[in-house]
Amino acid sequence: MTEVLNDLSAYIKSALKKDVENIEIANSELCLTVKPAKLHKVINYLRDDSGCLFNQLMDICGVDYPNRADRFEIVYNLLSLRYNNRIRVKTSVAEDCSVDSVADIFSTAIWFEREVWDMYGVAFDNNPDLRRILTDYGFEGHPLRKDFPLTGFVELSYDEEKKETVYKPVELMQDFRKFDFTSPWEAMTEVQKASEDKDFKPLLKALKNDEAEEA
Amino acid sequence: MLELTKKEDNNKIDTYTMNFGPQHPAAHGVLRLIMEMDGEVVERCDPHIGLLHRGTEKLIEYKTYMQALPYFDRLDYVAPMNQEHAFALSIEKLLGITVPRRGQYIRVLFAEMGRVLNHLLNITTFALDVGAITPALWGFEQREIMMEFSERVCGARLHANYFRTGGVHQDMPDGLADDMMEFCESFPEFIDDLETLLTENRIFKQRTVDIGVATKEQAYDWGFTGPMLRGSGVAWDLRKSQPYDVYSEMEFDIPVGLTGDCYARYLVRMEEMRQSINIMKQCLCDMPEGAVMVENNKVAPPSRAEMKSSMEAMIHHFKLHTEGYHVPKGETYTAVEAPKGEFGVFLVADDSPNPYRCHIRAPGFAHLQGLDFMSKGHMLADTVAIIGSMDVVFGEIDR
Repeated sequence: MTEVLNDLSAYIKSALKKDVENIEIANSELCLTVKPAKLHKVINYLRDDSGCLFNQLMDICGVDYPNRADRFEIVYNLLSLRYNNRIRVKTSVAEDCSVDSVADIFSTAIWFEREVWDMYGVAFDNNPDLRRILTDYGFEGHPLRKDFPLTGFVELSYDEEKKETVYKPVELMQDFRKFDFTSPWEAMTEVQKASEDKDFKPLLKALKNDEAEEA
Repeated sequence: MLELTKKEDNNKIDTYTMNFGPQHPAAHGVLRLIMEMDGEVVERCDPHIGLLHRGTEKLIEYKTYMQALPYFDRLDYVAPMNQEHAFALSIEKLLGITVPRRGQYIRVLFAEMGRVLNHLLNITTFALDVGAITPALWGFEQREIMMEFSERVCGARLHANYFRTGGVHQDMPDGLADDMMEFCESFPEFIDDLETLLTENRIFKQRTVDIGVATKEQAYDWGFTGPMLRGSGVAWDLRKSQPYDVYSEMEFDIPVGLTGDCYARYLVRMEEMRQSINIMKQCLCDMPEGAVMVENNKVAPPSRAEMKSSMEAMIHHFKLHTEGYHVPKGETYTAVEAPKGEFGVFLVADDSPNPYRCHIRAPGFAHLQGLDFMSKGHMLADTVAIIGSMDVVFGEIDR
């Protein structure tokens, strides 16, 4: 499997030298990073090139990294039924920027792009139908952004006098609580990997971190 | 006389807009359709979804991995364990752990039972939509038997929370394997009976043959997966092409439809049930003894008995159920062949005990989008048949 991915990655690299910023294989999954302006071209190439033939777009989703300058990452997952491969294409955009829609390449993109628009507020140029999709009619804000509170801003209730449902600012019976149990003593990340000195690794790692902080 | 000629001139009727749902027995949940009708013929069909949106993806970001798992039962609640499977596999991929053999067998066994549960519900309610009541009554009886298996193995009929990271929560109780084997022996006979009601039924065929045709190209273009893709003649099944757990050791066939209409999809599901029963039998026969969960207490909680005597176990238990386990930085798109199609989880981990982002790729979401092109030019009543054959469950579409 890895060999196939290596070949494919070399193939794409040689063909799309100018368009792809980064290409990597992690967790035996191939991932391309492209500039938003090149995205449409790259996706089109991946679908039509005889060496790739990624003929199904499985998924489009957004990820929010508030600390980055280009805050939103849009992730496209493609599947090639011919070669039995998957590929991931990522692009990053800043708030208030838009991405070219790929709805003319894959019709299924229309709804997935609507979902990203709804959840993150990233607009897609040339999407034929960019409305909200999952949230309520007249909803304000983009709920999957990291700065959108989990409890939201409004709540819905039935008004006896008006005989209809009304929105009110959300009132919490108790403050929103988020417990942070992360202990400074032992990080459990390294432990799961089977290795001979697995019992000592986390400790070593913690020590190293301490040293780094002191330095 | 004058009036009559005038009427004839205006014979062309304007299209009108019609609302369908959200509360309608044939909508399979809370689906609202805004339809543009030319008389009885559908011109355009715009599904309004999101009425069951619960913010699952947002909630998961605020939970530990262990707490996030039960949300997957509540996506496609018709076959809950298949959804858990995708999430568990994605975490295992990032952690780099392998599930013990027995655990893998149990997972495959119950994933296939989920497929039967799902197809049984879909076929029978689909038949109900097009006018046959008996299949639904028969089917629910069989589903009840399988729900009891689910209850015996994990304590819950629907919301199982059974496939955990590193295996399954507990081993099968004594006697369950025998009872399941007995069920697998008798179930094909039930499928035969069900087929006598539907497969050659004139009314059923009139309502489904040549209705809602999706060609191969359309199926690719609209991201169709599962029976929707196979019904259009594509032999594609993740259990064969990208096998996970012990699927690579199972022998089974992939049924493929020829026509891509509602009837073909019905036939595909029918045959898939038989194949699933075969896989279940193989699992029950070949299941090895041993652990069902990895024995690393950094991911899997220690046993109750161990906790009574070991301080170490006590600490592990406490840490696991408060802090949870950390998942190393990385991202993965892991997909399983859920009964409805490709169910994928795009998981971004950041070394913390909470997922940074967990996007859920629900097969029904892509399928429902195809309703517009599939129902164009058909009668209103055919739209109902198409919705039935698409196998939509709003838990997973609205998330």
